[in-house]
Amino acid sequence: MILDLEGLGFEQGAHLLVQRALQRLAPGDELRVTGSDPALTMHLKAWCRQAGHQAHDVDEPGVRARIVRGRADVDRWADAQRAGGPGADGIVAKPRADWGLAVRGALVESGGPSAPFDIADRDLVWAEIAPALYAHAASAQWDPDAAVDWRADFALQDDIERAVVQVMTYLIENEQAALVIPAKLLARVHPHFREVLQLLAVQAADEARHLEVFTRRALLRGGELGTSSVSGRESLATLLTEAEFSMASFLLSVLGEGSFLNLLEFLDDHAPDPVTRQITRLARRDEARHVAFGVAHLRYQAEKDPSVRTRMRAAVERRYAALVDTAGLNQDVFDSLVVLAAGDWTPAAIAKGYDAVRKLQAEMDDGRQRRLVHLGFPADEAAELSALHTRNFM
Amino acid sequence: MTLLMGAVAYDPKVVTIWSGFRAWLRSRGLPFDFVLYSHYERQAEDLVTGRIHAAWNSPLAWLRSDRLAKAAGREVRPLVMRDTDRDLTSVVLVRNDSSYQAASELAGRVVGLGAVDSPQATLIPRSHLRQAVGDQLKVRRFDVGVGLHGDHIGGERDAVRALLAGEVEAAAVIDGNHLLFGREGTIPAGSTRVIAQTGSYDHCNLTVIDTAPAELVTTFGDLLLSMSYADPEVRPLLDLEGLTAWRDGRRSGYGLLDAAVDEEGFYDKDGKVTAVEYAP
Repeated sequence: MILDLEGLGFEQGAHLLVQRALQRLAPGDELRVTGSDPALTMHLKAWCRQAGHQAHDVDEPGVRARIVRGRADVDRWADAQRAGGPGADGIVAKPRADWGLAVRGALVESGGPSAPFDIADRDLVWAEIAPALYAHAASAQWDPDAAVDWRADFALQDDIERAVVQVMTYLIENEQAALVIPAKLLARVHPHFREVLQLLAVQAADEARHLEVFTRRALLRGGELGTSSVSGRESLATLLTEAEFSMASFLLSVLGEGSFLNLLEFLDDHAPDPVTRQITRLARRDEARHVAFGVAHLRYQAEKDPSVRTRMRAAVERRYAALVDTAGLNQDVFDSLVVLAAGDWTPAAIAKGYDAVRKLQAEMDDGRQRRLVHLGFPADEAAELSALHTRNFM
Repeated sequence: MTLLMGAVAYDPKVVTIWSGFRAWLRSRGLPFDFVLYSHYERQAEDLVTGRIHAAWNSPLAWLRSDRLAKAAGREVRPLVMRDTDRDLTSVVLVRNDSSYQAASELAGRVVGLGAVDSPQATLIPRSHLRQAVGDQLKVRRFDVGVGLHGDHIGGERDAVRALLAGEVEAAAVIDGNHLLFGREGTIPAGSTRVIAQTGSYDHCNLTVIDTAPAELVTTFGDLLLSMSYADPEVRPLLDLEGLTAWRDGRRSGYGLLDAAVDEEGFYDKDGKVTAVEYAP
């Protein structure tokens, strides 16, 4: 076989044609090359030397050099492996650490460094609904500037406004934890589970947006932010220290954000102004998705391995033990919720508000129990575990 | 006993390469270690005095080790070399729009060469040009990385830039760098012509001294020759070191450099450094 490079030189990409011709040959086969570039023979020899082929002079009319195909390129890819397949059906149970950042479905050269992704087991992170949830999450992103009417006209009594600000302060604190936790997990999950990374990233972006809108609402009337209690921060700190992906997801999404959904619904019902209602409604939509993934993922896991329920129980008990000596929900937050639900300072209104908050707590408890039953806990155990949940809601 | 090899730290990657090879060799039972030198002259001297058993040598350091060893009544030999160390050439370039057609026309013209101790960009091409123009050879040297025996590519690149800028009439580079400079754009396509090419010569080799522990040397050579490009553990190291396979060492490829060293008076026959402008 003769390859004619015509006037093409190696400084113009001649190696591409040579490489392509050689790829069609077996190691040891010969390729004859011709062309008119004056430096062709020299460059061909230098290139072949580096690429593991051998180029020889040849005394044959119209031929500049003879190449004996080497096997370096064959050897490089000899034991290369596909990193699963590109779609969700191409996910493997335990992706190799040395696949590193290789794209799922790529042909991966063997060897190379082991990537530091310690969460690398399908059964620990996956849920069948992850791709669909991600697609939904991506399409449901909203712009805080456009989605909220920040100029809505309303006037509140000072102490009602203060109650709103206190609740916002509490929400921001919780959302900060809810941002940091998926972000920490994100850096540990093997990128092979691409949809989980995408979902966690959007989840973090959701929380980032929530931080923004709750902060903007708190400062909308020019006041100061509210209080942050030790017990509130202690409660959130226990979430940050949970090292296991599934247990962090369980405590944060299933129990914490699940209860948070009830709280946001409560605020949507009782908020005294349209801005607070809008932002809590928008945030609630996002949180519902987070809860859905947490529940789906843990259910998937519990079906694969029933002992996961034992660990969930232990995680709740551990957290309860860590918080048993704390004061529970920030009293300022509790009182503010009552004031918002009361809407006025008459004894009758306060009684109504107080009752509404008690009802909220009951709904939270009920929601947690339902989700625990969904995960396979018997009803009595679900009730017991829900009762151990932090009094801080999250 | 540990087999001790010297290597010149001409680039930070030398540490990566030999630390990697060290781990690989030790995991296969060879007690192996290496020391780094800042230039080749001390490494050659230490090899012959037996401070190290083996040296990863430039072609010039191989010749000096050979001469020093003979003078000391000892013997060195090339144990292995890279597949990419065999049959290299250097070329003499001129600007494409110049009138030069042959090396003989460069008499009295300034030729850009590499570092004083570069076999490929100074010693061998200067010897080649001297045969064409005799004592009318004028040289402008680009001394980058003196002591590294041309392992530093900077001198060659500077010589080519000076050629393109019209500061010299010709420049000498090794064929592989000519390919590289063309592909990276240092030499724009069609801007230069090759008017002379040296005969072929060999580059680096892994030199061992006869006082080294023979069994360890044999194991060292066998292990290196057994390295496969198909092995994912060593392939990245082979890529860094620029080879796809180790070959047996050979003495036959150093004739041109040996002659050039004598012509230039770079070393005397006993391996003493006699080049006047050479201070590694």
